[in-house]
Amino acid sequence: MTKQINVFVENKPGRFKKITGILAENGINIRAIEIQDRGDYGIMKLLVNDPLRAHSALTEAGLAAALRDVVAISIKDHPGSLFKLAELFEVRGINMLDAYGFVTQAQQEAIWCVEVENPSEVTRVVAEAGYRVLAEDELYES
Amino acid sequence: METRYWNRERETMDREALEKLQLEQLQATVDQALKTVFYKRRLGKIGITSGRDISLLRDIEKIPFTTKNDLREAYPDKLLAVDRDEVVRLHTSSGTTGTPTVIYHTQRDLDAWTELTARGVTATGATRADVFQNMMTYGLFTGGLGLHYAAERIGMAVIPSSSGNTPRQMKLMRDFQTTVIHATPSYILHIHAKLAEEGYSVEDLNLKKAFIGAEAHSENTRKKIENLFGMEVYNSYGMSEMNGPGVSFECVCKEDMHIWEDAYLVEMIRPQASDRMPDGEEGELVLTTLQREATPLLRYRSGDLTSLNTAPCACRRTHHRIKRIRGRADDMMIVNGVNMYPSTIESIIMAVPEVGTNYQICIDKQGSLDRLTVRTEIYSKMFTGDIKALEALKTRIREKLKSAIIISPVVELHEPGALPTYEGKAVRVFDLRDKND
Repeated sequence: MTKQINVFVENKPGRFKKITGILAENGINIRAIEIQDRGDYGIMKLLVNDPLRAHSALTEAGLAAALRDVVAISIKDHPGSLFKLAELFEVRGINMLDAYGFVTQAQQEAIWCVEVENPSEVTRVVAEAGYRVLAEDELYES
Repeated sequence: METRYWNRERETMDREALEKLQLEQLQATVDQALKTVFYKRRLGKIGITSGRDISLLRDIEKIPFTTKNDLREAYPDKLLAVDRDEVVRLHTSSGTTGTPTVIYHTQRDLDAWTELTARGVTATGATRADVFQNMMTYGLFTGGLGLHYAAERIGMAVIPSSSGNTPRQMKLMRDFQTTVIHATPSYILHIHAKLAEEGYSVEDLNLKKAFIGAEAHSENTRKKIENLFGMEVYNSYGMSEMNGPGVSFECVCKEDMHIWEDAYLVEMIRPQASDRMPDGEEGELVLTTLQREATPLLRYRSGDLTSLNTAPCACRRTHHRIKRIRGRADDMMIVNGVNMYPSTIESIIMAVPEVGTNYQICIDKQGSLDRLTVRTEIYSKMFTGDIKALEALKTRIREKLKSAIIISPVVELHEPGALPTYEGKAVRVFDLRDKND
């Protein structure tokens, strides 16, 4: 399953630079990034090419970081495809804790990345409906 | 449990003999005090001209209290009771509010101080086989030198590292396999927070015991330090006016601190008042020196809040115990009319595993109301990455605090290491209210 890194960040200038700096120093490539904001603090969510190394680099620098399983679903990059996936989620009663998307190949493929309570179960449901769920190492290359 | 004594006869003497000794020493101390300009005038006013005017221990209540302010006014020499040639050392306090205070010592005073401190160190089970790293500041501050001489007297291998320079402290602990350390609780927590960053782990060290003092702290802080390092932590209490460390120390039972009553006469007084508290009730610790030659002090108001435990101790020492210091009488905060002590807040923070050991308390005004903010740090090892868990954590801390202090505080979560750390005494409380309001 795809591993996402969640990093606790205070909402103050310089924190974004600090985190991206640590990743840059360790030669880690960011595939996607999102920030869940709670006013005085937030959680920065990162999909990277080497999550284990990124996680240890961040924790060694003293940051609070955790690895989380997420479901990365491949969808077509054209109108209506996310709506179709949303219909499936509704029918199967899947509730998203957090989600974000990014395009991998324009006009062709996008990835919808979701945090859910039970990632293994959701992976099964989505795969059964004919979607491709990204394997652990697919985002890690390049 | 094995009990070791430094001076078995004195430490276990029966109460009757101890009180008889106290009375003789009190009379001698009054005689000694009458040699100072300060006490000659003050005791003269109430008709005390000799130690013989005190015939019962209880008679001490005739004598007025001595306060920190008296010490300032007597600076530099109105409380000196011996010839200057007899003085072998003096310690002054930092005059943060203006005039400093001074305590002089004769050689006999220093020997007596060393004896009391050696009793405390021995009561924790430490021996000459230990390697002792003394992380308290050496110099005018009494924390460093006080333990230093006692540890040498016992025959421990002493590393006088003093405070600060954390990477070097770690190297010394590892290279010499230090078994016992002496530091403020906040400094030990600071060391732990920096260990990994400096490339060390607790397993590289050989720590068995720590003596902590110079800072009021909660039982939960002690437990946290014990768990983090896997060592026994003993509370120690002292103050420069009463020599420094060594006034009282926990024994291996780790339940309250034995106060050496052949050196100090203990009274528990109602804060901001002059009557004695009933036995076992919390009050301000008031001490009279019973052995000191150069600077005898009568009924000195420590400003520290504690209570007396007169129950027999399993270690068979007969000297009574004082509870851990709950704070200073002047530490009390009043927030929206509610009285509270920082130590209550600390105790709750230390019992929450998801937050670290560093915290800050801030009081400011929001409109006409006081606002209490408690800042804590996320403990990285307990972080799961779940924002809902963080919000629930904030609520849980707020509810726990509210049930203890009545006021509902604002709880802030910060990144590990975001709050300032202190190598000496920590500054935790920031009162930003305008005093002129």
